[in-house]
Amino acid sequence: MATKFTAKPDELSKIDYKPPKKGWLDTPAEFKEHTFCWGAKGKNLNVVEFPNARDWSPAEEDWKLPENWQEIVLEGIKDRLSKYRSFKLFMDICVRCGACADKCHFFIGGGDPKNMPVLRAELLRSIYRKYFTASGKMLGKIAGARELTLDVLKEIWYYYYQCTECRRCSVFCPYGIDQAEITMVGRELMNLLGLNTDWISGPVANCYMKGNHLGLEPHTIKNSMEFFLDDIETITGIKIKPTFNRKGAEILFVTPSGDLFADPGTYTAMGYLMLFHELGLDYTWSTYASEGGNFGLFTSNEMAKRLNAKIYAEAKRLGVKWIIGGECGHMWRIVNQYMDTWNGPADFLEEPVSPITGTKFENAKSTKMVHIAEFTADLIKNGKLKLDPGRNNHLKVTWHDSCNTARGMGILDEPRYVLRNVCNHFHEMPEDTIREKTFCCGSGTGLNASENMDLRMRGGFPRANAVKYVRDNYGVNMLANICAIDRATLKALMEYWAPDVQVAGLHELVGNALVMTGEKERTQDLRLEPLPEKEAKE
Amino acid sequence: MRILFSFFAVIALVLSAYAGVKIANLQFLFGVVIPYIAIAIFILGFIYRVLKWGSSPVPFRIPTTCGQQESLPWIKQSKIENPSSAAGVVIRMALEVLLFRSLFRNLKTQLKEGRLVYGEAKWLWLAGLAFHWSFLIIFVRHFRLFLQDTPSFIKTIEGLDSFLQVGVPLLYMTDVVLLGAVTYLFLRRVFIPQIKYISLAADYFPLFLILGIAASGVLMRYFYKVHIVGVKELAMGLVSLNPVIPQSIGVIFYIHLFLISILLAYFPLSKLMHMAGVFLSPTRNMVNNSRIARHINPWNYPVHVHTYEEYENDFREKMKKAGIPVEKE
Repeated sequence: MATKFTAKPDELSKIDYKPPKKGWLDTPAEFKEHTFCWGAKGKNLNVVEFPNARDWSPAEEDWKLPENWQEIVLEGIKDRLSKYRSFKLFMDICVRCGACADKCHFFIGGGDPKNMPVLRAELLRSIYRKYFTASGKMLGKIAGARELTLDVLKEIWYYYYQCTECRRCSVFCPYGIDQAEITMVGRELMNLLGLNTDWISGPVANCYMKGNHLGLEPHTIKNSMEFFLDDIETITGIKIKPTFNRKGAEILFVTPSGDLFADPGTYTAMGYLMLFHELGLDYTWSTYASEGGNFGLFTSNEMAKRLNAKIYAEAKRLGVKWIIGGECGHMWRIVNQYMDTWNGPADFLEEPVSPITGTKFENAKSTKMVHIAEFTADLIKNGKLKLDPGRNNHLKVTWHDSCNTARGMGILDEPRYVLRNVCNHFHEMPEDTIREKTFCCGSGTGLNASENMDLRMRGGFPRANAVKYVRDNYGVNMLANICAIDRATLKALMEYWAPDVQVAGLHELVGNALVMTGEKERTQDLRLEPLPEKEAKE
Repeated sequence: MRILFSFFAVIALVLSAYAGVKIANLQFLFGVVIPYIAIAIFILGFIYRVLKWGSSPVPFRIPTTCGQQESLPWIKQSKIENPSSAAGVVIRMALEVLLFRSLFRNLKTQLKEGRLVYGEAKWLWLAGLAFHWSFLIIFVRHFRLFLQDTPSFIKTIEGLDSFLQVGVPLLYMTDVVLLGAVTYLFLRRVFIPQIKYISLAADYFPLFLILGIAASGVLMRYFYKVHIVGVKELAMGLVSLNPVIPQSIGVIFYIHLFLISILLAYFPLSKLMHMAGVFLSPTRNMVNNSRIARHINPWNYPVHVHTYEEYENDFREKMKKAGIPVEKE
């Protein structure tokens, strides 16, 4: 086992950006403690029939690779070159201008040059050049080409599992080269050899068999929700009775299972429950499709498609008209960019229309899946909610755009509109750190383990640094967002870099502000903390 | 090492043209044969590369969304940075190709006393834009050599390019800008440690090559005068597929022409293909409308999923106990 992570913030924030003297082609990766996740367990890979399933450890010399591993990787590259123009193009057209170099949160927070997106891509490009281009075959190292050795494989694994596929580099690249696309291919290649991390393969196996990453079984989902319902009753005096797997409901609601499991996601789930109850929405939860998130995306396109399939399948089985999706980052990258292509057409559903406002969600007429922030923003705009933002007066809120929803979808103003209506104190972080330039929490794509804290804290440093700025300047004490991984991991990040800042989902704040029919005088917020004397409204 | 390799490669090219023409008298080889081969490699290679990229599908709609999506009617969409219509994409691409929009966004991230600060970083954008535009103008100016009568738009460009009226012959501003920009692009690869670290020989070589082309062109125009009527005769001969080698064109012309030939032949083999690639980039040239309209993956195939039936079989008793409806009792 590893030693406990003890580095202090002031040690970690001393960052040396100077690259080493020796060139990167000849510098093998050094597997530093606290910077990588444990290897995938064979049993989890077996559940989803992944190849070369076995127990192995990245820290050990012997990775127990199959005899013909080089062949497998090269064949894998060839196959993906023929399937993805993005991959082919991004292998060829980079001019190494360096515009992306200081845009990656791992480079900014760690200074390791191989975390510059350009160089992380070059790790794989060097192999591509050696085996797939004439100049690389002829000129070798002078053309930046190198043999696929065990050291090189380990290096690719090490750095491709340090990328959170946040796409920030892509925003600044003059050709739109997206490291996330390259990372996804790199990880697919690793998966051909059974080289995943346990933090990804565990949730994938759970999600496949039990419907969600956390492996919550149907009765457990119902039971854990009982706790929230009791809390809601304590706070509001209202007993909510949600339904599960109910056929004939108008709407299916799908959210990441993280919302049902741990604080502060659970408060967000309470917000959803209260909102839907107050609206009298004809909706149901599903225990089978009990996960919007999709760790399959961090293994392969095919696996992501396999896990995503249950959402439409369940909508069809239950006979709902359309789907609302909860607050989640990569779930929405998938819903927005992949779902209809993978598992559509969803022609058994109807084009979404809000039963409360009559608004047609034109932008979801093919997928039939609406983001809850879009849904709630529409409710507020149409005056359908009674809100008392003063109940959030103890919170000075800032907004974290999640990478996936910002750069893979563009949902930026809907949550801000909701936020401005449910709380009185809202301060934006500096503009170069928000919207499409937003920074990753440092723990996306399955990096939210406990054994890689050094990496997580470094990767989240740019985000935390911007939060610290608004904390120090405006007294911000709440970081709101629409992503379950953010809610799970920003907490630790804030404790480390910007203590006193809490983390909340958008609908927790909605739940706080929502004035429900027949509720009692509220004295507590959704965290069961006493509401301070309500300040005069601004 | 990578810098020296590239530098000496270009020097060797210069010397071989010099020796070939001055000593071995291979004017026909350097004036006709090599340029023809180079142009053929350029055109065929360019087409080959584009077709090769094009042969791989774009299975998913993956634009990088750099602004607000199309959403509720009262939420202002960023129609160019996050386009949901073809017109938006065209404008996005035009801004990208003509003005280097993404590079314009560039920031400089710095750590100051434990705090991260983000500053303007427009030099790369400016130098890149200056380099590409002056290169294009110089390229277009050269058309006068290939056309019997110089079209008026070329004369206009020449007039604008030399409107400062400096020296005889008049100094073209683009010549100065190109040399300056290429020099900047080279120096940043030498002096910025991270950029130096990522640079390959393939990054220095085209810079030296272009520097060599520009320098030989400038020398020829302003210092070592060449027989311009002869140059035009040769150029006209090349385009009319009736090549002639006029006498007494200075050797510097052949060096210039040889370096251009090398650049043309090298082009399709190298990163210079970003010129075509930028148009094909899926993160930039796609509309963000995949929730509105279905997008087809040409190699889509069925996958094995864990069905609801299998799930219920695993948990039926527990579900019944918890009062969750089941399909089979």
